[in-house]
Amino acid sequence: MRLFFTIYVALRALRRNKMRSILTALGIIIGVGAVIVMVSIGDGSESMIEAQIASLGQNIILVYAGSATSGGARSGYGGAGTLTIDDATAIKTEIRDVIGVSPEVRGGSQVLANGLNWSTRIVGESEDYLSMRQWPLAEGAMFSDQDVRGDAKVCIVGQTIVNNLFPDGDPIGKTLRIRNMPFKILGVLVSKGFSLQGVDQDDMVMIPYTSAMKRFSRQTFLPFINVQAVDGEHMPAAEQDIANLLRDRHHITQGRDDDFTVRDQQEIADAAAATTATMRYLLFAVACVSLVVGGIGIMNIMLVSVTERTREIGIRMAVGAHGSDIRMQFLIEAVVLSLMGGLLGILGGIGASQLISRLNHWPTLISTVAIVAAVLFSGAVGICFGYYPASKAAKLDPIEALRYE
Amino acid sequence: MTSVIKLENIHKVYDSGEVKVHAVRGVSIEIQKGEFVALMGASGSGKSTLMNLLGCLDRPTQGRYLLDGTDVSNLNRNELADIRNKKLGFVFQGFNLLSRTTALENTELPMLYGNRGTTRRQMRDRALHCLNIVGLGNRADHFPSQLSGGQQQRAAIARGLVNEPQVLLADEPTGNLDSRTSIEVMGVFQKLNQEGITILMVTHELDIARYCKRNLILRDGELVNDVKVADRLIADDEIHRLQQAEAAVKLTK
Repeated sequence: MRLFFTIYVALRALRRNKMRSILTALGIIIGVGAVIVMVSIGDGSESMIEAQIASLGQNIILVYAGSATSGGARSGYGGAGTLTIDDATAIKTEIRDVIGVSPEVRGGSQVLANGLNWSTRIVGESEDYLSMRQWPLAEGAMFSDQDVRGDAKVCIVGQTIVNNLFPDGDPIGKTLRIRNMPFKILGVLVSKGFSLQGVDQDDMVMIPYTSAMKRFSRQTFLPFINVQAVDGEHMPAAEQDIANLLRDRHHITQGRDDDFTVRDQQEIADAAAATTATMRYLLFAVACVSLVVGGIGIMNIMLVSVTERTREIGIRMAVGAHGSDIRMQFLIEAVVLSLMGGLLGILGGIGASQLISRLNHWPTLISTVAIVAAVLFSGAVGICFGYYPASKAAKLDPIEALRYE
Repeated sequence: MTSVIKLENIHKVYDSGEVKVHAVRGVSIEIQKGEFVALMGASGSGKSTLMNLLGCLDRPTQGRYLLDGTDVSNLNRNELADIRNKKLGFVFQGFNLLSRTTALENTELPMLYGNRGTTRRQMRDRALHCLNIVGLGNRADHFPSQLSGGQQQRAAIARGLVNEPQVLLADEPTGNLDSRTSIEVMGVFQKLNQEGITILMVTHELDIARYCKRNLILRDGELVNDVKVADRLIADDEIHRLQQAEAAVKLTK
């Protein structure tokens, strides 16, 4: 009952000084608002980066052939003919945690259809590739393992190819000529847009790798193989097993260097995670600083308020208020100020981040965690910074306080 | 019948480092229920100190203070606050109303700190009742800045009455008022006293003291005189006389 009245008294006091209350809470309002905006922009861009990383395919291991040296010039990864189709088959059949294998052959060529032509990338892959890369088809179907085994003249095309060679749409079942060889179009890929490196990922024609090796590269070795592990946990073991298998198959004795390289995309994910973590720490620091500054603002005004209302405190004590009642009153005032500031800040922050995503087309994501944290933190700020002025008020001597002019 | 207030050889010494100030030196007073007492003295006579002791705002250095039969000389801060809330009503020289707070809410104030389980509705009714007693019922929603000095003091009296105290303590209640308003306020006190409320007030104005029933004179921290007021003034008569005098001035002009 007594606490209820104290809350009532505190709210009345705040209402009597509306303007001052709002100005006092302004520090918290701006602080919390800024934090909400930054967190929502941060979360938005993080989810965008995550989506991009996921589009690279998850748990992908890349196996490169070793580099070849000819006349002192080293050719880089994939140059030496050390990886074969048999190696790829062995990886698929013998390594336990592998769920997908796609040898890759790359090339470029002019392609023709409908009397139009276009220079594009020709990529040879296995039937597993699209599921490994989590790259769905917009229409049609992926070529089958039979197509791969029979080095069939079939292909899947990207959206850019459709736009340039089939302006009227509906390319499924039509024929595309690559170096004068007719390839039947089985499917169209969903548009992926530009990669982080600025490459148009939709500007390509995908054919079975066997077909690419036989008809274009005219080589029996593979530059590299995409391998997908069952999950992130089994990646290191799978990489080790692949390395052991290939050393065994290539008869590499102990002490000699590998003629291939096994890598994964974990590094990219790690870098992205590190960036996000840095951003989080930065946000946290900004949040702390702004809330502390806001809290100091509240403490400042509360101290002024206690001095200004010394007489009021004296009157309240004379008619029976305990020190604890006075302390509670000022503490509640401080907490209400900071909580109100927090709530207004949240509303303002949500509004501002909606506005930003509307105007700049940045993705934003309102974080519930940030909202809950902001409320708790601003309440805590109220208690921390309100306690000293409130205690000061509670310790006043009623006689002195009544005499205060 | 026990006394409402009983002071037994009360001393108060202020110890401010090197100098010790003996403000009250062995005062013994007994006040019965229904009395109307004026405590008088020049400034520095110790009457403010005595008033603070009587009002349970301060504790005596030595001696015993029985308020309504309870020894309050050695209570702690919170216990004193509860005693003030339940047994005493305060009226100050400077009114001491909360600004930007209506007369009604000012009157409700002591009830907020009592542990009586009163509802908001009961508080409101009780405060309004007290405002009616002092003749301010029609101004309950006014802020202190919208009230005259006399009205403010009446609101303060209403606040003093609201918890039905044993004693109403008034510290120079007419100090900030003109003579006519002073008489009006004394009229309110006399009316309350007639209804059985014990009143103890501090004043240095002789004519104001004559509205009381008993005068205590304090000099240098000691009680030097304790007299029954012989030729007591009645506020209603004085107001009537004033009105006649004013009317007379207008008639002659």
